[in-house]
Amino acid sequence: MSVIEFNSVWKKFKKGEKLNSLRDAIPAFFRKVSSNGSDRPLEEQEFWALKNVDFRITKGEVVGIVGPNGAGKSTILKLLSKIMYPTKGEIKINGRLSALIEVTAGFHPELTGRENVYLNGTILGMRRREIDKKFDEIVEFSGVAPFIDTPVKRYSSGMYSRLGFSVAAHMDPEILLVDEVLSVGDMAFHAKCAQKMRELMASGATIVLVSHDMSLIQSLCKRTILLEGGAMAKDGPTEKVVPYYKELMNDAQEEELKRKVLNQGGRVKVVEQPLISITDLSLNCNDSIRNKFFIGEKITMDIYFEAHEKIDQPIFILEVLRSDGVLCFSSRSDQNKLSLNSVQGKGMIFVNLGKINLAPGVYLVKVSIWDKDLIHPYVIRNQDVFTLEKHNWRGMAGEVFLPEIGWEFHENK
Amino acid sequence: MIQMIKEIFQYRDLLWMLILRDIRIRYKQAAMGFVWAIFMPIVAISAGVLIRKAMAVVSGEYVETLSIVSIAVKVLPWTFFISSIRFSVQSLVGNRDLVTKIYFPKAVLPLAAVFACFLDFCVSVAALSVILTFLKLGVSIYMLWLPLIVLSLVLLTVGLGLFLSSSNLFFRDIKYIVEIILMFGIFYTPVFYSADQFGNWKQLLLLNPIGSLLESINHVVVLKQAPDFLWLGYAGFVSLVIFYFGIVIFHKQESVFAEYV
Repeated sequence: MSVIEFNSVWKKFKKGEKLNSLRDAIPAFFRKVSSNGSDRPLEEQEFWALKNVDFRITKGEVVGIVGPNGAGKSTILKLLSKIMYPTKGEIKINGRLSALIEVTAGFHPELTGRENVYLNGTILGMRRREIDKKFDEIVEFSGVAPFIDTPVKRYSSGMYSRLGFSVAAHMDPEILLVDEVLSVGDMAFHAKCAQKMRELMASGATIVLVSHDMSLIQSLCKRTILLEGGAMAKDGPTEKVVPYYKELMNDAQEEELKRKVLNQGGRVKVVEQPLISITDLSLNCNDSIRNKFFIGEKITMDIYFEAHEKIDQPIFILEVLRSDGVLCFSSRSDQNKLSLNSVQGKGMIFVNLGKINLAPGVYLVKVSIWDKDLIHPYVIRNQDVFTLEKHNWRGMAGEVFLPEIGWEFHENK
Repeated sequence: MIQMIKEIFQYRDLLWMLILRDIRIRYKQAAMGFVWAIFMPIVAISAGVLIRKAMAVVSGEYVETLSIVSIAVKVLPWTFFISSIRFSVQSLVGNRDLVTKIYFPKAVLPLAAVFACFLDFCVSVAALSVILTFLKLGVSIYMLWLPLIVLSLVLLTVGLGLFLSSSNLFFRDIKYIVEIILMFGIFYTPVFYSADQFGNWKQLLLLNPIGSLLESINHVVVLKQAPDFLWLGYAGFVSLVIFYFGIVIFHKQESVFAEYV
């Protein structure tokens, strides 16, 4: 039996300023009447936040919802928790639902912790008697027991959210919505939360988890739904959907990185006319220019430069950075048996990078040319991006590089 | 509508907690504590007495004790009405976080605002009863009409509160308009004066349901006579209609609150 049903749900939002005062609405109304509604220049722009989203979740399933920002994840949570209603389509929910979203929304700063536990609990739909019963457990779980009679405006933000989380976690839901709130508190509290989640899962609760943390999704959810631009892009087993999503994000990152570095490059060029410039740079594999490589392929690089004056003993430096800016490795021409005497006019430097065993992702190549004492760079080029991929890659998450490791089994040793 | 009332009943504990919250906050922040509940009525009654005295001086009449008592008796329900409306107009917009983030029947917010004021009203009524006992006003059988009159007043207030709180969510300047009406409403309503003083204009004043309810209270408490059944019936009917439409309109808009607030 399905506990959550989304039957081709559509949700429309309006963009832009709304007429939210009579002072604006009344003149607008008369303008509309006097022009017989023929011309409506202030037609509100509309957009679909969800397009034909259709899925069923059965009892006891743990489902992850992933997708880039603006894909409609929060809208789904808002529809599930009945804060908003769909424009088209139908949503059915069977069972007591609790949302670990904005767990402190019901708090009032002037009230004490104790008063807020009751207030927040009843807002979430608990009865007062129920809270009486669970009160000690809630306070114990949150770890703010010594301050329970202090107004919550004096709480630290951590205490605040821990207390909110405790209340929400103790309402024994049949359906639980979780939205990135597990990032509250210290390690010990994390462990408690994970324990609580596992208890709920064991008790047969249905859990819908929205997160950008792929390792969390991978460790908890068997099924994952990928949203893109308000539509369902994929719905299936987590081990199939998450790698697909990562690849998607890599492509987006690549675009972003390219745009960023090109903008920067443009700005720098205006400022000065360097003595030596890099005219072109290409990454190759098997004599073809590419910017997508599989791990294990041998990569080479050609740097074309033009020296407008005679340059004495230039040094070439290559750096490879991950998309978040971490330097992965670098190499200097003078330390790798390339000592140039002097260059003038056009030339080309060939670099053999060999196999690059970095984890799949997007990388930035930064090449710079320095004077012989490494004091002043003539030119820096950082606009070349390449992507590493791996067939059937099933990494954990967050690996930095993939060495070739051999595992062997020896009997009777 | 039945379903909405059922759901509010399910969330009755929440309603109670919100009433407690409103009251606690009001009394925690004010150093005067519960004196707050009788502070505003005292100020209003003093103003009423002053105006009555001025009218007496102009017309050369004598101010009777009974007319002062009558002002006091009418000021309390009037203060309940205006403070309820004042708080409930803001109740949805002022609790933006709750409206946009958690599901619960939103009607409990304006309801809590009205009932918190009702508790204040009860406190001030208790205080006034003590004073009236000392003045040896005495009781009459007609006071049995009081619960019905007060119920009618509460229904009217709740209905208006529901309607105005949801309207203020869509049009933010509603609260300014309401504020102005409440400020000058006391001149159009027989609070400081009695409708009888206006002769033929009396009917016009009683068309305002608050006016006819206040006059009925004055009849049964101070004058110890039966209320004017025609006007009380009229006020009761209007209250029921406003209550009904308040709920229906609120319920119809409730589903889009989160998108507009």
